[in-house]
Amino acid sequence: MKKFALLACAASMAMGGCTTNGGGDVASASDWTAPTGQDGNAPFPSTYERYPGRPTALVGATVYDGRGNRIDNGTVLFRDGEVVAVGDASLSTAGYDTIDGAGKFVTPGVIDIHSHLGDYPTPSVDAHSDGNEATSPMTPEVWAEHSVWPQDPGFTRALANGGVTSLQILPGSANLTGGRSVTLKNVAARTVQGMKFPGAPYGMKMACGENPKRVYGGKGRMPSTRMGNFAVNRQMWLDAQAYDGKKRDLGKETLKGVLDGEILVHNHCYRADEMALVMDMAKEMGYKVTAFHHAVEAYKIGDLLRENDVCSAIWADWYGFKMEAYDGVLENAAFLRQAGACVVIHSDDANGIQRLNQEAAKAQAAGQRLGIDIPDAEVVGWFTYNAAKAMGIGEMTGSLEPGKMADVVLWNGDPLSVYSRPEKVWVDGALMFDAMDRKRRPVSDFELGQPGEGDVK
Amino acid sequence: MKRAIANAASVLALAIAAPAAAQNMTVTNVTVATGDGSDPVENGAVVIQNGKVVYAGSAAGMPASAAGTAVDGGGRWVTPGIFATVTTLGLWDVGAVSESNDTRAGDSPFSAALDVAPAINPSSQHILVHRAAGITRAATMMPPSSSIFGGQGAIIDLGADANAVVRPRAFQVVDLGEGGARRAGGSRVSAHALFRNALREATRLGDDARIPGRSSSRQDVDFGDDVPLDPRLSGNASEREGDVLLTRFDAAALVPVVRGEQKLYVGVERASDIRSVIALKRDFPRLDMVLVGASEGWLVASDIAAAGIPVIADGLDDLPQNFEELASTQSNIGRMVKAGVTVAINASAMENPRNLNQYAGNLVALTRIPGADGLSWGQAFAAITSVPARISGMGGRAGVLAPGAMGDLVIWDGDPLEVGSVPVKVYIDGLEQPLDSHQSRLKERYRDLDESDLPKAYDW
Repeated sequence: MKKFALLACAASMAMGGCTTNGGGDVASASDWTAPTGQDGNAPFPSTYERYPGRPTALVGATVYDGRGNRIDNGTVLFRDGEVVAVGDASLSTAGYDTIDGAGKFVTPGVIDIHSHLGDYPTPSVDAHSDGNEATSPMTPEVWAEHSVWPQDPGFTRALANGGVTSLQILPGSANLTGGRSVTLKNVAARTVQGMKFPGAPYGMKMACGENPKRVYGGKGRMPSTRMGNFAVNRQMWLDAQAYDGKKRDLGKETLKGVLDGEILVHNHCYRADEMALVMDMAKEMGYKVTAFHHAVEAYKIGDLLRENDVCSAIWADWYGFKMEAYDGVLENAAFLRQAGACVVIHSDDANGIQRLNQEAAKAQAAGQRLGIDIPDAEVVGWFTYNAAKAMGIGEMTGSLEPGKMADVVLWNGDPLSVYSRPEKVWVDGALMFDAMDRKRRPVSDFELGQPGEGDVK
Repeated sequence: MKRAIANAASVLALAIAAPAAAQNMTVTNVTVATGDGSDPVENGAVVIQNGKVVYAGSAAGMPASAAGTAVDGGGRWVTPGIFATVTTLGLWDVGAVSESNDTRAGDSPFSAALDVAPAINPSSQHILVHRAAGITRAATMMPPSSSIFGGQGAIIDLGADANAVVRPRAFQVVDLGEGGARRAGGSRVSAHALFRNALREATRLGDDARIPGRSSSRQDVDFGDDVPLDPRLSGNASEREGDVLLTRFDAAALVPVVRGEQKLYVGVERASDIRSVIALKRDFPRLDMVLVGASEGWLVASDIAAAGIPVIADGLDDLPQNFEELASTQSNIGRMVKAGVTVAINASAMENPRNLNQYAGNLVALTRIPGADGLSWGQAFAAITSVPARISGMGGRAGVLAPGAMGDLVIWDGDPLEVGSVPVKVYIDGLEQPLDSHQSRLKERYRDLDESDLPKAYDW
């Protein structure tokens, strides 16, 4: 009866990482180069390769390109893993397999900027609890990819029900600095290297507020207060700045990567005042926060977030489960957008990742009730292009534009409606899910021979 | 279905007619969904008199005598209030702030004797927020924490008044799945032994102490206005034998359970666990059980249907969250309903109960997926209105717009199952309800970030 348990602890430990990333000129940063291994390669290189696909023309559907554009009766052409053209019905489809999308919708593949699939996989037994190295408040040396279990059935649900084609796996938020994230293609593989998104930058997870001070204060260690959080973080950055790189140090290498702008900071943070402090810490230390995650109070400082060019990766309606989530409002996304700040809809949840489109629609409707009209085509960007951009992969995926990866979802209806589902999902032009073909869905090793193997789920 | 689009201007337009308290009113120019499983009716009307529904259906069939305040629904939807079953509404303020959270009592010396009624706070922000989301009644309870038994849950209404509890001690809660096994000492084996022993002790105490039961002549008003007697405070003194495990208070609380006078909500997920729960009826034939969770229910749907046990099922669980849910699928509810099981959607298997309509809408979406089983719109809406009300003993009285039912009415700004639709007006027992809360006040304050004259703190 996990539901009974869920009820009781409305205080889910939303994993997160917080810290900052200022835009700074750190003297020592510019000459920093991430070390390679003895074999001359970057460690744990991606071995992902796209699967074969047919030259495909999606015709007659409503197309949202992820960049705010809508094309009615549109045509999307892709082949050899790449989007070739996006346009109206006049585009020639000669040489392409044609799929009739009349009455249907096409969007870029859905992207979740905040997931723990693989590092908190299901079944969620203690033996699988690999998301928080909660033994020290600063663990920049850990890499989430080393915890990812590629057989997590959650990946398959995110694909089939959520249309998710790329996702960032973050360490949890027990630590002020939780470690490196990894960005994955949502394509089943035997190894995590087989899922790693080629060319994606690393992220680093940081966390503000209640979680780190609770976890370590509870152990009688620093930090036990918010001021302790900042003191520990600032000293960490000072130590990182002083690192000369002569002797390899895994944690310092990650921090140097952040100071050098190669690693993006994803900062779990709820309260507005605390986000403002973090942005100043980033300026002091010479790094930049790419996105605040959860950011339940971001709507109170939309202006600051815009000025500092920091995205807010948020839920539509989570609130109240912890003190720093008490001021959650449905209008968070709409107010941010009104202030000109960047909005990303995230899940932080193996169930929520299956419905990012619906969460975005809820957030859109809350704005609409106040007269903040946000076009559907822009809202689709909240769970596609904006997420990609904040993950540093916006040049490669997240929108339907010529030359970009053919990560595409064909929805059986308006993706901002509860009544619609992904019908087909392509990753790099390969058909990885088809609701109309029972066998065209991944089934993890774990589910073979178990009740419900291969079910629609 | 068309996507709901809320238009601020027309929401305002709707606000015209109804005064704060309209005991008698006639709502016209609306699409009516009665909650009974039928399809919505366009050009409908609802008539409320003395706080009760007297008519709901097509405007053409409306009784000529309809009177009271006229409300023009502006073409919007009208439904019964949503009935959220299995919630903790009213029992907590902030989940992780333990002193504000009465949903757990792991260190309590009592288990089955626990009764949430005196702890329910009608001013809780969660009640305010969920009232504004169209939930008018709920079953609220403590999940088991000190034992396999969670204690007694209550039926509440979410009205803006001091009397939230409609029915105290409406049901007892027990966990006979993985969680119960852990709390029983580490094994399902122990959980079942504890459970059987508890019922045996309750049977003995009920007899020895002559704890009065419900009069057989009042069976049919179960869950009406009859407030159940509290067996913990009843009965004549009697010595108990020395080898009892339960406190007297706990044993007394289980007397109406073993007699079938109080519903027993049984948390259970795995197919084989469901079979074992059904089998309890052989030894305790009077148990009035409801399954909660039942993620693998579809595998034993015909057994559940044959046993006549209703289910409050997790709506969209589709992951092997643990080993008791390996077969979970979003098609679970559709398959159980198809097999003839009475199924409500479990409000505790989602982030917040206000997601109930979204979950119901998702079950409608499944009807378009080959191989999946979903629900029709009418069935899905019933699974969050009339069905949970019926399971809670309020069939025909709540969760439905039918003559004689409580005047719990919601006027929505769009299709109530569509994401983003919210109530424009909410009535409970025919009384229009306030819809503001901490959240709505924050929304108003931060509508802009202008502090040119004074800090935001002065904007209220």
